Amino acid sequence: MSTQIQSEEKGCLRWRITPLVVLIFLVAFCGRIWAQTPGDTLLPSPPSGVTAFDTPNDAGRNITINWELSPDDGKGRNTVMGYDILRSESREGEFVVVGSVVAGISTFQDDKVENHKGYCYKVRAKDHLSSESEVVGPVQASGEWYNTGRTVVLIFVVLFTSLVIFFVNSAKRGKKLYVRPIPGMDAVDEAVGRATEMGRPILYILGLSTISDVATIASLTILGRVAKKVAEFQSKLLVPCYDPIVMTVAQEVVKNSYLDAGRPDAYDEGNIWFLSRSQFAYAAGVNGIMLRERTATNFYLGMFYAESLVLAETGNIAGSIQIAGTDAVAQLPFFITSCDYTLIGEEFYAASAYLSREPKLLGSIKAQDWGKVGLVALIILGGFFASIHFDTFVNLFTVGH
Amino acid sequence: MRRQIPLAITFICGVVMAIQFFIPHQISQEIYRGALDWQMIIGGFVLVLGIGSLVTHHTGKLKHQRVGWGYSLVTLLSLAVMAIAGLFFGEMASGKPFMQIFIYAQNPIQATMFSLLAFFIASAAYRAFRARSFIATLLLLAAIIVMVGRVPIGAKIWSPIRDISTWLLDYPNMVAKRAIGLGVGLGMISTALKIILGIERSYLGGGK
Repeated sequence: MSTQIQSEEKGCLRWRITPLVVLIFLVAFCGRIWAQTPGDTLLPSPPSGVTAFDTPNDAGRNITINWELSPDDGKGRNTVMGYDILRSESREGEFVVVGSVVAGISTFQDDKVENHKGYCYKVRAKDHLSSESEVVGPVQASGEWYNTGRTVVLIFVVLFTSLVIFFVNSAKRGKKLYVRPIPGMDAVDEAVGRATEMGRPILYILGLSTISDVATIASLTILGRVAKKVAEFQSKLLVPCYDPIVMTVAQEVVKNSYLDAGRPDAYDEGNIWFLSRSQFAYAAGVNGIMLRERTATNFYLGMFYAESLVLAETGNIAGSIQIAGTDAVAQLPFFITSCDYTLIGEEFYAASAYLSREPKLLGSIKAQDWGKVGLVALIILGGFFASIHFDTFVNLFTVGH
Repeated sequence: MRRQIPLAITFICGVVMAIQFFIPHQISQEIYRGALDWQMIIGGFVLVLGIGSLVTHHTGKLKHQRVGWGYSLVTLLSLAVMAIAGLFFGEMASGKPFMQIFIYAQNPIQATMFSLLAFFIASAAYRAFRARSFIATLLLLAAIIVMVGRVPIGAKIWSPIRDISTWLLDYPNMVAKRAIGLGVGLGMISTALKIILGIERSYLGGGK
């Protein structure tokens, strides 16, 4: 009985509420239609403060137009649906629409203009009617000869280059430079010697990047040093390559190293070959080489991706001595886990100089260290100024596109 | 002369590309695009050298029946089949033999190789997380917190673990990553400078 009464009460309540809800929706809907029907003769307020200027730090053929949103965009009558950007070659000429943006956007880049030619612009706010801003211009597009947004990069490059040149010259004059030991590079002799004793080859992987990657170039310079030691120890070096251009360069590097070591006859071009341009086909190929040839030492130096652990773990299972080095931060933990020695980040770039022990190359490592000191000082200063809300200092280091 | 000419080319190209970075003008952009185009053109020609090298390497293994010559045979046959499918039986459109082999043979094989990573991660994690020293124990604890904090059940077990996990990733982890990143950046510039200025020339041979 009680349940029946409750059910009837709910039914009554529903009958009272439903028409009320429908009525509210109808009123709101009609109001919206009323505001936008042709009968509504109220124009949306036009955008104001329109500015047009040559887009800075670009190659040219680009003009930026900014404006302040219409008072009816997001507030006021809130009827503005978007903006049309109109362009003409003179203030009195015919304006044509060159682009549109939705409501809430107050900037547009016109990239269909010619350099050194005047253009005038106006912006049109639109709902079912539209109203136009004042005409601005003429304004001309042109390409710049210097990107002011990159001044901070330029200053840093000049300072760092000066540091490198200073320390290289100091080293040339005979100044003793201390470079902390890098265990991974100290182990190169041991690793090559072990391979010679065991009569097994050495595997050198240049990474999976192209010749335009600095990591690949750094790896090639280390390959030159390692190949020379291999030639001196009369061992065998295998270099399966991922990229044909890298392969060609690697062949030249190794050939020159064998020549320097006085063993050009021992050089075999067939030991530096192209394996695959496919990531996991390459990984499978290298794994096969490790297990079949039973390589005594594996070098993984360069840029690596997801295949890093597949390679390093297989080498670990095969019982090879493994020396890795990469600037791919995400792959470092895998190498640290699976390899005997890992060159972390900057150590990888210092390796060639460290192996050669040439004073002028060691000078560049010293410059790297002083560069780091400078950066740490800037980070401390930046932290301090940001804490006291002195943003000018932090903004000094903002780099533009 | 054999060394001077490559060094001069390296210096000029390096300096031009470094200056180009600071010049947004159309001319500068065209030089940059031209360099990229030339890189692609050279890449296209060198690919022929690459394939030549691959074929020579594997035919040599086959000829002398060295260890694993069977794999060389498979490699050469696969190369030939893909080349014939691409050259004589239509371009890279779906339904054509080339794409059929790519989708139904090459892709699954690559996915299989990739899936091996799961087993390698397990074996590597087992070695890395053995608590043999104080540092290794810290690493183990941090790993447990991060792993448990990243899955929904972690917060159900102990609600603060998600925040602790996020803090570990956002602060100690990020600090280490950025420190390595700064070192890498300096190392890259230093290496580039050494090669452009001819200080590092081991790639030409003749170094100590």
